[in-house]
Amino acid sequence: MAIIRDMMAAFELFQPASIDETVDLLGRFDDGWVLAGGLDSFEWFKMRHRRPRVVIDVSGVEELKGIRDSDGGLEIGAMTTLTEIVTNETIRQRFGVLSTAAYAVATPQIRNQGTIGGNISQDTRCWYYRGGWPCYRDGGNICYADTPTSMNREHCIFGASRCVAVNPSDTAPALIALDAKIVVRSGGSERVFDAEDFFIGPSTDITRMTVLKPGDLVTAVRIPAEWADSAFYFEKARDRQSWDFPLVNVATAIKTSGGTIQDIRLAVNAVAPYPMRLTRVEDQLRGQPINEDVALAAGEMAIQGAHLLRQNAYKVPLLRNLVKRAIRDAEVQ
Amino acid sequence: MADFKLIGKNFGPPDLEAKITGRAKYAEDFRAEGMLFAKLLVSPMPHCRVTRIDASDALAMPGVEAILTADDLPEGRGAPNDERALTMEPLYEGEPILAVAAVDETTAADAIDRIGIGLEPLPFVIDPLDSLRPGGPDARVDGNISMRVEDQTVLESRKWSQEVWAAAGEDGLPMGEPTREWSIGDIDAGFAEADVIIEENVFHQSQTHHPLEPRSCMAYWRGRKLHIHVSTQSTARTVAPVARGVGIDPSDVVVVGEYCGGGFGSKISGTVNMPIPALLARKTGRPVMLRVTRDEENYFGRARPGFQSWIKIGMRRDGRVTAIDMYIVQDNGPYGSQGDHNTAATMAHLTYQPENMRFRGITIFTNTPPRGAQRGPGGVQEVAMMAPLMDKACRELGIDRVDHLRANLPGHNATMGPAQTQLSSCFVREALELGAERFEWARKSAMSGRREGTKVTGIGVAASPYTAGSFGFDGLAVLRPDGKLYIHQGIGNLGTHSIADTGKAAAECIDISWDQCEIIWGDTSRHLPWSSVQAGSQTTHAHTRANWAAGLDLKRKLQQIAAMDLGGSPAEYEVTGGRVVHASDRARTMSFNRAASRAIELGGIFDGHELPEDLNDMTVASATALVGQGLMGVSRDNFERGGRLQSWVVGFARVEVDIETGMVDIIEYVGATDCGTVLNPRSLRAQVLGGSIQGFGVARSQKWVYDPQWGVPFTKGFHMAKPPTILDVPLDMDVVAVDEPDPFNPVGCKGIGEPPMGAGAGAIAGAIEDALGGVGFNRTPITTDMIMAALEDQPQPFRGLTAHI
Ligand SMILES: Cc1cc2nc3c(=O)[nH]c(=O)nc-3n(C[C@H](O)[C@H](O)[C@H](O)COP(=O)(O)OP(=O)(O)OC[C@H]3O[C@@H](n4cnc5c(N)ncnc54)[C@H](O)[C@@H]3O)c2cc1C
Repeated sequence: MAIIRDMMAAFELFQPASIDETVDLLGRFDDGWVLAGGLDSFEWFKMRHRRPRVVIDVSGVEELKGIRDSDGGLEIGAMTTLTEIVTNETIRQRFGVLSTAAYAVATPQIRNQGTIGGNISQDTRCWYYRGGWPCYRDGGNICYADTPTSMNREHCIFGASRCVAVNPSDTAPALIALDAKIVVRSGGSERVFDAEDFFIGPSTDITRMTVLKPGDLVTAVRIPAEWADSAFYFEKARDRQSWDFPLVNVATAIKTSGGTIQDIRLAVNAVAPYPMRLTRVEDQLRGQPINEDVALAAGEMAIQGAHLLRQNAYKVPLLRNLVKRAIRDAEVQ
Repeated sequence: MADFKLIGKNFGPPDLEAKITGRAKYAEDFRAEGMLFAKLLVSPMPHCRVTRIDASDALAMPGVEAILTADDLPEGRGAPNDERALTMEPLYEGEPILAVAAVDETTAADAIDRIGIGLEPLPFVIDPLDSLRPGGPDARVDGNISMRVEDQTVLESRKWSQEVWAAAGEDGLPMGEPTREWSIGDIDAGFAEADVIIEENVFHQSQTHHPLEPRSCMAYWRGRKLHIHVSTQSTARTVAPVARGVGIDPSDVVVVGEYCGGGFGSKISGTVNMPIPALLARKTGRPVMLRVTRDEENYFGRARPGFQSWIKIGMRRDGRVTAIDMYIVQDNGPYGSQGDHNTAATMAHLTYQPENMRFRGITIFTNTPPRGAQRGPGGVQEVAMMAPLMDKACRELGIDRVDHLRANLPGHNATMGPAQTQLSSCFVREALELGAERFEWARKSAMSGRREGTKVTGIGVAASPYTAGSFGFDGLAVLRPDGKLYIHQGIGNLGTHSIADTGKAAAECIDISWDQCEIIWGDTSRHLPWSSVQAGSQTTHAHTRANWAAGLDLKRKLQQIAAMDLGGSPAEYEVTGGRVVHASDRARTMSFNRAASRAIELGGIFDGHELPEDLNDMTVASATALVGQGLMGVSRDNFERGGRLQSWVVGFARVEVDIETGMVDIIEYVGATDCGTVLNPRSLRAQVLGGSIQGFGVARSQKWVYDPQWGVPFTKGFHMAKPPTILDVPLDMDVVAVDEPDPFNPVGCKGIGEPPMGAGAGAIAGAIEDALGGVGFNRTPITTDMIMAALEDQPQPFRGLTAHI
């Protein structure tokens, strides 16, 4: 049979008004697709490679929107747009790494439409996988991106396990740096994940990027008070200044005292199939002064064990330098 | 310079409000009663034969009205490498095989899903060099090159011997027998005279045109007349291609295209897919809309040919270029035969005026999208490749790069290419000085290599010429009894404002105020004159001439009518301030309104009853339809011609490269231009800056990636192909113009659409290399990964001449 692409197929659309209703619908339809901002979803639909019968548009669920105070920290509804996160005063002043990261996402239009829940739940951008190639991640038995002729400049240097795709989210490392919690509803129960555990690699489940299973709904992201007002750093390397997924990004939160690192959280993305928290580097940095040498040593440590593909060797020095900058240039906002 | 009232003044574009408010209707915005939607089935493979089409299930679906296959198309023109709207032997992924029309797009798409299709994969090639290897694949079953033999196009399979490949070594360009070559002077003597010789293999990427508006079209029939809404650069010149593609007489075609959301050469005379809705509409008796998706736009929306080249330059200690030797293997895609490689060599000759030069080239078919002219075809590739090489020679000799340009850039008496073509005018040396002054070259070039924090400054300069005019078209304007001048324009509205700007020549001639002028454009049923295509930067020159001719005709006739009615001889009358006035007796005067009414009464030559004999048939038909409506100015442009028109932009750029991340900021850009008389400073600025920005993409980010094993493209969306965004553009940009008239245009104008792009590309590529202390990438675009590899002294992740990465 012939195949047509770049044209959405019809589906049944539900527009629930509450979380309970949403969870109900997710229980009723085992292939129910949660539609948030649609920026990832619609691309899959247009590919016609993912063809859910049922799409559940949660944009009318008010409970999923907005930024609230919670125990000195914040609770951000899953349907809060990236623009709201960029412009929120509390986030800017107290958790600046998240607003900087959200601001680095794509374009103003995409940030107006894209949500935080969708941004952390988005699928990888590996162009073989997204092009509908029957790869491991898609249930097949080959990785097209890791052959002697593959085009894999954007692919991973860590964490490969049959799949070499990367997680492309800009907000993910910032959330890990802030030790954020992801709140997930499944049926009647609610689970709360540490951000770093929310994301999974192919060795855990090659068909998924996160712990989310069909029927699960992210309801909120909680930012604890713990890392408020730390010294922060976020940076994203890319080919153009806008409308461009990260080649590598980095986020840190650092607590200092008298120029010495007391505590630190450091995460990077687009180098592995999941955002990576660099705990070994964090351990080495605690108790160290902030200077060029310490920063460089951290960068060197970050790249240990990198595994190169045909075209992505540049990610190694890029990661080293971004980690170095994330220490050297971190600032109290 | 002549004292003009309209020429050289700032005007806003006439369609600004319509565009900003969304009132402007593009092809896709039209709806007609009973309209069907078409969807395409495109090839999923780089090369295959369609062995079976079973549409019975699809056609049985409710709402599915018709299918169109290659069998339904009229015969092509017959050359073996001609492209048609649909094919049974697709030659690249994404080539349309068939179309289905249904009541809505969802149904049409579902119908395509239900078509049974048999495809037999055929050998394919995406890298031209692979096709030249002994035993290498051909992109077409009948060969990999096309040749002209006794006025016929014949295809042939060309392979280069093992010896040719061995001589090239691992990374060099093999240089077997070319299909095109020329030389000037004595190349060996030229190199013997040089103090430094640069010899490099250089790659230039193929690049998609990426107009914002995809090539959607809608068609319906009224009796035998086909009405078609298209996205086209050139209105009048789209009639014949539509007629040919549909197999009807041009007089039965009405083309509507008031707005064109970008073409850049990919929609010069409309698009290859135009016959699809037209033929489906004929089959079904209903209007049919074909909306082209972004993926499809990337498939069949044309691309600039890529080059794999070897370039050798000899330079004397004083900066003078003594010899250029160039070999270019050109990636042609599967159809036609592009001339970019030859143009590139000619532009190199024009720019650097070497006394000794040789060009050799070959054009190879590949199973990648069809190539077409893209803004400055050949010229952009030349500047992007040559400017950094010239920089390298200057660096080795310790020569200032502006001094080097001073030593080489042509003056008025210079010639171009092997035919020693004369130029109509050339003020590039003046443009260089003007630009250097505005950019503060001496101060800025001293900043080269300066490091602040992690950022290093780089400075670039590049001179970019391109064709800038043609002649011999018709002007048509009618002064009606309402006192208004109706200027009919057969040229298209592709966003350059030339529909209005060139019309000012007619208005200027009879000194009528601009608010008394109406532009008639964008619909061939509104009686448009024969016009140039909006390509090759021809329009400004060609149609200021044509409209000036129409204006002079109006003026002559106004004087004649005044003399007839008010006495004396025509020469005693002036046309000024919206009236005809006797030069010495100002009381003897006639308004334009009155003159227009008199023209209708007089008939004959005055209102279009009698027309000049040298008009094009299209103009005759249009003028005849307008007979009796007022005083008609209609004339062919028979003004003097002298030499080839060439305009110039010299681009000056300052960038900062972050040596820790490889990210590049463009800090400042100045485009200095010789485009003859400035027609409209605002439009000029838009062209020079817009074109330069497109060139930034060539230098920096715009990609075209193929999987070499499977022969399919990845860079289909904007976010994968990465043309520059507005945030990649510096705030600090400026345009300066020499503003010296070209002697062979009545108002002095030359075109300026194309030269800016090469200037932007060359200046930025050179500036990045400059920031890195003269690292030679020998390839564009220069992306973050390449810069990181250079900074780290790592090898680049691909071989030098590898295509499509
Ligand atoms: C051209 C382009 C460029 C981009 N560039 C960047 C970039 O540079 N950096 C970056 O970080 N992102 C980028 N993005 C991603 C974008 O910012 C969005 O964040 C992302 O596409 C998903 O957000 P969304 O709200 O649109 O969700 P959707 O597309 O609707 O959903 C994405 C996925 O998450 C699931 N999902 C969404 N919300 C929930 C929920 N509450 N519970 C359970 N599952 C859920 C959906 O089912 C779907 O599988 C880009 C996207 C595009 C199209």
